[in-house]
Amino acid sequence: MQLTVNGKTHQVDVEDEMPLLWVLRDVLGITGPKYGCGVAMCGACTVHIAGEAVRACSLPAVDVKGDITTIEGLGTPEAMHVVQKAWAEHQVAQCGYCQSGQIMSAAALLRVNPNPSDDDIDQAMSGNLCRCGTYPRIRAAIKTAARELKGRAT
Amino acid sequence: MSRLGTIARRTFLIGSAAIAGGVAFGVYAYKREPENPLLRQLGDGQVALTPYVRIDQTGVTIITPRADVGQGVASVLAALVAEELDVAWNDIRIDFGPPSAAYYNGVVTAEGLPFAATNDGLIARQARVVGDAVSKFLSLQITGGSSTVPDAYEKMRIAGAVARDVLLQAAAKRTGIAKDELKTSNGSVITPRGESLSYASLAADAARIDPPKEVRFKPEAEWRYLGKPMQRIDIVAKSTGTMTFGIDVKLPGMVYATARTNPRIGGGIKRFDASAAEKSKGVIAIVPITGGVGVIADNTWRAFKAASLIACDWGPAPYPSSSAAMFETVAASFTTQHQDSRLKNDGDVDAALQGPAVLEAEYKLPYLAHAPLEPMNAVVQLKDGRLDIWTGTQIPLFVVAMAAEVAGLRAENIHLHSLYSGGSFGRRLEHDYVRQAVELAKAHQGRPIKMTWTREEDMSHDVPRPLGMARMRGAVRDGKVEAYDLKLAYPSVTGSWFGRLGIPTFGPDTAIVAGAWDQPFRIPHYRVTGYRVPEMVPVSSWRSVGASGNGFLHACFLDELIHAAGADSLKELIRLCWHAPSRKVLEAVGEMSKWGSDPGKDRGRGLAFTLSFGVPVAEVVEVTNTPRGIKIDRVFVAADVGKVLDPDNFENQVQGGVIWGLGHAINCELTYKDGMSEQMNFDAYQALRLYQAPAIEVRAVDNGSAIRGIGEPPVPPAAPALANAIFAATGKRIRELPLNKHIEFV
Repeated sequence: MQLTVNGKTHQVDVEDEMPLLWVLRDVLGITGPKYGCGVAMCGACTVHIAGEAVRACSLPAVDVKGDITTIEGLGTPEAMHVVQKAWAEHQVAQCGYCQSGQIMSAAALLRVNPNPSDDDIDQAMSGNLCRCGTYPRIRAAIKTAARELKGRAT
Repeated sequence: MSRLGTIARRTFLIGSAAIAGGVAFGVYAYKREPENPLLRQLGDGQVALTPYVRIDQTGVTIITPRADVGQGVASVLAALVAEELDVAWNDIRIDFGPPSAAYYNGVVTAEGLPFAATNDGLIARQARVVGDAVSKFLSLQITGGSSTVPDAYEKMRIAGAVARDVLLQAAAKRTGIAKDELKTSNGSVITPRGESLSYASLAADAARIDPPKEVRFKPEAEWRYLGKPMQRIDIVAKSTGTMTFGIDVKLPGMVYATARTNPRIGGGIKRFDASAAEKSKGVIAIVPITGGVGVIADNTWRAFKAASLIACDWGPAPYPSSSAAMFETVAASFTTQHQDSRLKNDGDVDAALQGPAVLEAEYKLPYLAHAPLEPMNAVVQLKDGRLDIWTGTQIPLFVVAMAAEVAGLRAENIHLHSLYSGGSFGRRLEHDYVRQAVELAKAHQGRPIKMTWTREEDMSHDVPRPLGMARMRGAVRDGKVEAYDLKLAYPSVTGSWFGRLGIPTFGPDTAIVAGAWDQPFRIPHYRVTGYRVPEMVPVSSWRSVGASGNGFLHACFLDELIHAAGADSLKELIRLCWHAPSRKVLEAVGEMSKWGSDPGKDRGRGLAFTLSFGVPVAEVVEVTNTPRGIKIDRVFVAADVGKVLDPDNFENQVQGGVIWGLGHAINCELTYKDGMSEQMNFDAYQALRLYQAPAIEVRAVDNGSAIRGIGEPPVPPAAPALANAIFAATGKRIRELPLNKHIEFV
């Protein structure tokens, strides 16, 4: 099958039911998306497909319809996405293992809702577990990123 | 018995009798500094000025020999060295270093001592010196017990200052300018004429200079890094998906594996049938391992899939098979025969608790999994008599010793590459997962193997915090708490863990009573007794260890007594507290939370205090009793760790600790059926999610106390403050965790 990840197209030969996460990590060597639960309960594997947040651990690769963006495609250490910048500015991460997924969920939220309320943030982000408990900073970083985006728009 | 065993027996679990034996010898013989391990493995052009500083042509690398499991130790340890060495923050590189006795942790045993952290008497202080010597002797290079900062606070600054001194001496020699006319700035020595000599250019000369015996620290007023918010060294990598955790290691020719062992932990495997798995796509090898079977395949998912196809005939659990039977074992342990300690026994409790006015209660706590988000994993390669291991671990020297034994190699042929861990909370104080990987490597030599557990394997083999029970009795008089008799029964974490590491332990396990017997309260009749329940499921340290459960038990029943006395919780705790720093922390949280003001309709405030790991922490939780259940609105936290090295990380750690404490109190437990954990994934073990996370206001109260770590101490008061708030809002006392067995949460 053919997958486009971060703007690059790959031919992969895997079983139909193989989850996208493992194609990314073990076949394509893209390790930003993490394995945490395998059943879409923790969100560590979150990627974008056509801009929407998707749990890659529970989506068979064959069912992917659209271009895939992983955390690596969102921004880089040299050129961070506005959400990543806010994450670094707020020093959100502790262990950091969930943060790829958190950032991807937040970026997807802000794309459709550039001015999210607390309730909107609750809705969009509660599928992403953080065992270290960085939730207060996640909330604050999303608000900072939203302000930054608003500044750009005007 | 081995020499190590003998010494451990004499000194380790550190009953007071043991201290008289091994002490002087231990301190005397082990005053000598262990060898600098960096000297053995320097590359071309590299010099190692101390075990913590390596310099080569590209710059300075600081060795931060503790596991960074999210608590940010790599950054804070680097800052301690950088402050004295005088290097620019952005130029610093860190390396977790090789496993080495030189990196022993001199503070980690302190919590095991039968002296309260508030005890500053001569014997207690001497015992801590002995604890340091024992740690050095046992080469305890361990991360845990919130001990990293207190252990490193002087050591790492000395390392920086020593390295700077020899670099200055080298520059003096080269330029002919007197050393005290030279200055340093951001990784260079600067001459009075403004010439700049980089540390890299001086390093080779500096390495030939004997380090000074004494160095003077920079005055605090001149600190550039310490005491100020620092950008974590790992923050950009962790915000861009570019951090390499153990699970992300990529090596040429690498294959992928998983392990399946008996979910009835320790029950072993009788036989297995892998005929279906062998035919599964991508399978390279199926390998019997201790207690189960491993699968090596060409990717992780294929290994998972094949492993699930193996029909395993497991042995029975070597412990009671149901939670009910386990709690019966706990309940049956409140006997003289099982009594483990009575470290607190003030007044005459038995006399004070006569008559009908005595309050009684029984509390229950479940087993709890650590469940760090990165499942246990290790990458291993055994090739030509050399074993390389890439993993995150809090016990690197134990990993090396274990791997040497399993692989049949000498320790010098084991190369452990420590990596950042995606959480731990105590889980990486075990090395079961590394052992399995090494067994796979031994059977399948040559190529690197990445072994990853499924979440289900991880949850069912978590080595949890122990279950426990408490029985309390108490009395009040004239509006005051008069008597408190607390009986605590748990399996021994210390005995279980050291047992797995092959180190014998003796004497009482203070983890059974930590966070209870050592609280700084003066109650006229006050007794804390620990009972050791036989080990059932193997148990281990879980963020804040004994205090994680005892904080709840001690503080909740104390709140019950205060309520029965008709007193105000804050005022009565302050009145009972004899320890000035703890009183200040209580006063601070009272002020922050506007304690005593009307919380509003359907709302309640709860207060709890626990001193653990030497850190007094007071928390107030505010809840609303909504028609759909309890909502946690806000939390206020005051803590005294002495000097705060990084206020930003301090706040993050405290908030994380509170969320950890609240989340597990609300909805987490491991229950057992047929000898197996019934919770296998995050659907059944959720803890707090973002929508439930309250606002958390944090204040550091610096009373000039000795410096302490903050990873664990915020955890214990969170659950009791919540339970007390629920009582305040609803009138309902919940005496069992998780709380959602008795009340709904929104």
